[in-house]
Amino acid sequence: MSIPTASARAPGPAIHVRGLERSYKQLRVLRGVDFEVARGTIFALLGSNGAGKTTVVRILSTLLKADAGSVRVNGFDVATQAADVRASISLTGQFAAVDEILTGRENLVLVARLRHVRQPGAIADELLRRFSLTEAGARRVATYSGGMRRRLDIAMSLIGTPPVIFLDEPTAGLDPQARIEVWQAVEELSERGTTVLLTTQYLEEAEHLADRIAILHQGRIIVDGTQDRTTTSNK
Amino acid sequence: MATHFLGDTAVLTGRTLRHVTRSLDTIITTAITPIAIMLMFVYVFGGAIDTGSVSYVNYMLPGILLITIASGISYTAFRLFGDMQGGIFERFHSMPIARSGVLWAHVLTSLVANVISLVLVFGVALLMGFRSGAGVLSWLAVAGILILFTLALTWIAVIPGLTAKSVDGASAFSYPLVFLPFISSAFVPTGTMPGPVRAFAEHQPVTSIVNTLRGLLTQQPVGTDVWTALAWCAGILVVAYVFANVSYRRRIS
Repeated sequence: MSIPTASARAPGPAIHVRGLERSYKQLRVLRGVDFEVARGTIFALLGSNGAGKTTVVRILSTLLKADAGSVRVNGFDVATQAADVRASISLTGQFAAVDEILTGRENLVLVARLRHVRQPGAIADELLRRFSLTEAGARRVATYSGGMRRRLDIAMSLIGTPPVIFLDEPTAGLDPQARIEVWQAVEELSERGTTVLLTTQYLEEAEHLADRIAILHQGRIIVDGTQDRTTTSNK
Repeated sequence: MATHFLGDTAVLTGRTLRHVTRSLDTIITTAITPIAIMLMFVYVFGGAIDTGSVSYVNYMLPGILLITIASGISYTAFRLFGDMQGGIFERFHSMPIARSGVLWAHVLTSLVANVISLVLVFGVALLMGFRSGAGVLSWLAVAGILILFTLALTWIAVIPGLTAKSVDGASAFSYPLVFLPFISSAFVPTGTMPGPVRAFAEHQPVTSIVNTLRGLLTQQPVGTDVWTALAWCAGILVVAYVFANVSYRRRIS
């Protein structure tokens, strides 16, 4: 099985979600979510704690099954073509951890080998350089600051150049400087043609990064608008 | 996907093995309790226990080896629990890899870590005067039974590792397993025990395994004990494997 690259485009939008529903026991977390993400764009899913953002990301990344609705990522159905979806995506953020006992470089090599890319060592070194982690590469991740950890996390998700990347609250708990570093990394991703879906609690972050913002509230999308970068007004 | 199973499992096993080699204290802790029990029994209680013509250290080593395995597997549950909590499993599960390799990596690592602990305990036993005239085949049989026992207990350990709510819960299950050899033929001949205790001791898995190992190491005939021992190990292995996989599927769906 080969891993599709960002340039190998299946037809249609990168992410397509229709009528997505999911409940935890009695609690209806998602009550019919609809949105689409165009290829090569940054899409921000904005919402408060408990709005269901993480549930959406978990369903998109095949970690959780939907109760109802259709979800396609890179043209593949998450329910029936889960393996193809996994080959098309990368997941980072809140709940997708890095290995603290390994060094930064070992984390990168680990992911590179699991994604069966050639020359895992060379790829790890290049990513360390690109994310200013070369010096820290030989140190255990347990010694990293929050910002370094998040940068490593994003670097890991670039291996194998998946066409779609999910970033679940990529800047949660980071100081302002580290947040700017993460923003730069996300912008760079988008420039390379990767489709990015990120979740955030901060309107400011969504406005700064995203081409399109959707607000998730009480299990539904209440606003879905294109960002006009000059006026930052929703349509 | 299946073609990647071996390669992915090897890569993931390399990762968990690093966790072991970077916290060697877990291996030492695993070995130290059985070594302390061994010192205690050989030099304190051993003189009062009549084991016939067999020296006491030779008599009780099989039981000590089983205790070593029972305490070693609690770290398997601990490492698995850490992966579940930390979120690294979620990353692996969102990647195009063979998912079952994630569990097998922990199981293989458990085997390696336990073998290292067993070698340590064996070394101390040799220093304490353990000797065996067993031939190569008997030693291979001893190794085979110990590995089978480790595999069976490891799959038991996978269950709390996947389902526990706290670190304590993930490792507490091993205490009864560590205790089981004390109510068996491991340290004293079962003939000296009162009726009900003796009945339990003679029909629980540890006794048949201990008797088989002891027979192999002291070059005595093992009789039907070996088949009882293998049946117990295989039975525990199959049941634990099935339950572990059910828990795993429940956790990842």
